[in-house]
Amino acid sequence: MKSIRQNWQLYLLLLFPFVYFVLFKYIPMLGVVVAFKDYNIFKGVMASPWIGLEAFREVFAMDGFYNALRNTFVLNLLDLVIGFPIPIVLAILLNELRIRWFKKSVQTILYLPHFISWVIIGGMAVQLLATHSGVVNQILTSFGLKAIPFLSEPIYWIFSYLGIGIWQSAGWGTIIYLAALTGINKDLYEAAEVDGASRLRKMWHITLPGIKPTIVILLIINIGHMASIGFDRPYVLSNPQVIDVSEVISTYVYKIGIQSARYTIATAIGLFQAVVGLVFLLSAELFSRKINDQGIW
Amino acid sequence: MMKQYGKYGNGKAADYVIMGFIAAASLLCLAPMLNILALSLSSNGPIMAGKVTFIPVDIDLTAYKTVFGNAAMIKSLVFTVWMVALFTAVSMTMTIMAAYPLTKPNLKGRGFFLFIIVLTMFFSGGIIPDYLLMRNLNLLDTVWVLVLPGAINAFYLLILKTFFSSIPVELEESARIDGAGHFTILRYLVLPLSLPVLATLGLFYAVGRWNGFMDALLYITKSDLYPLQLRLYEMVINSQVIDMAEGMNNAAAPVPESLKAASIMFATVPILLVYPWLQRYFISGMMIGAVKG
Repeated sequence: MKSIRQNWQLYLLLLFPFVYFVLFKYIPMLGVVVAFKDYNIFKGVMASPWIGLEAFREVFAMDGFYNALRNTFVLNLLDLVIGFPIPIVLAILLNELRIRWFKKSVQTILYLPHFISWVIIGGMAVQLLATHSGVVNQILTSFGLKAIPFLSEPIYWIFSYLGIGIWQSAGWGTIIYLAALTGINKDLYEAAEVDGASRLRKMWHITLPGIKPTIVILLIINIGHMASIGFDRPYVLSNPQVIDVSEVISTYVYKIGIQSARYTIATAIGLFQAVVGLVFLLSAELFSRKINDQGIW
Repeated sequence: MMKQYGKYGNGKAADYVIMGFIAAASLLCLAPMLNILALSLSSNGPIMAGKVTFIPVDIDLTAYKTVFGNAAMIKSLVFTVWMVALFTAVSMTMTIMAAYPLTKPNLKGRGFFLFIIVLTMFFSGGIIPDYLLMRNLNLLDTVWVLVLPGAINAFYLLILKTFFSSIPVELEESARIDGAGHFTILRYLVLPLSLPVLATLGLFYAVGRWNGFMDALLYITKSDLYPLQLRLYEMVINSQVIDMAEGMNNAAAPVPESLKAASIMFATVPILLVYPWLQRYFISGMMIGAVKG
């Protein structure tokens, strides 16, 4: 009691943040009960009748749901398989650059896309990749190649989605590896030098093992996020012609919940994703503790 | 430094290959922006003829004049600037208010507070419960719906708490002996010592808010309150730019390519202007986060 009296100023400071977390984070968590009720917007959450797992039964019977679930995993998996190694390669190459001004300038350029919003990136993509008027296809056709429907045909759309994601994040993703690279003991390189190791061998036997722990942690984190997907990127890049491959859980919840006002169903889908996402995250954490003796968080 | 690097290299050829590769990657990064810039500055003729790639042809500023003369765009820009300022002020205040007390080991309930904060990083109610809450609070179509729900980022809060904890306790204790209370210590000791990290987090918040789109899409229907990103989405992406062969709805009034390009530039330039500062602070911020994790 005495400490509370002494520290009243601290509690006063915490008051607003505490109210914030309760109101904007915990009340929505309780709000997931909507998934178990036949929610009627005029009656409110309390007065709406309970329906148990009825909403989930309906969700699991929806084709669109499985489609969105599949797309979420497929796009995330492709991002991981194709997108994950690129920052590693870039970082190792950046580390080999010896001319300082050159290194600094290319880093500035490579980091830039990270700061551009998805709406702007989406707008640029739509302009650049348009089948007839887009500059990419103009270049292709000028070489006598056929124009590619980058955004309007499902298979090409997936590659565009991946490529644009790499464009946006690969440069920025090097930072964490570059930081890890500064921790490698320079003596190792000199010793290898004495033994006559080639540059490539040094990159393979010293640089790469030096950042291996970082790679493993980031890989685990990425796998932990496998079940969740951002909203902006698939939403701004999507269009009706590719909706079969571009609809993911987040955009599907938006469509069902906000656009069609089927709150109960959309909440159930969201809850399902949150729970699966949590399982992935916790598994990643446990796995990390097992192999690294330390968790990610 | 240079010398050290020089020591373990062999062969100039390898250097050039690596430089060439990295230079190509950088060009790939810039090319889309150069194309948009070129389109925004070129006149209609060359654009329609497909002659504009990365350099403007027959420079024409009509597109920019149209964008700057567009009341809706200007309104969105002005609204976004003040909304971002308001958001950043609220966020920083709240984050500081939460971070400082949590550095005090003798604070009763500290573990509990930390727990409820960290839990929100792992689980959230989701889009619909959030939306229904905003509705019930009558926040839809107000500036506050863009300011309050995201006011505290739990991760940034932990970064700030870690930084506050690194300030030597002795400094604070001597201030205490002089009779200073927590408010005084926070205001005149802790905050002045934390300016770099405060600047970093302020930029994190501001850029995130400037680029934010989803909440505006969900919560804002009044055109007066459209942030720039939402306006841009409506203008550039929603007007069916993709040449979906069979022109979808909205066949009326096709917007010229250059107009879209100019709109994109209009929304990008503010970010490019602050980018040199952004880059430095963001990297240092990343490092603080990485050291912590």
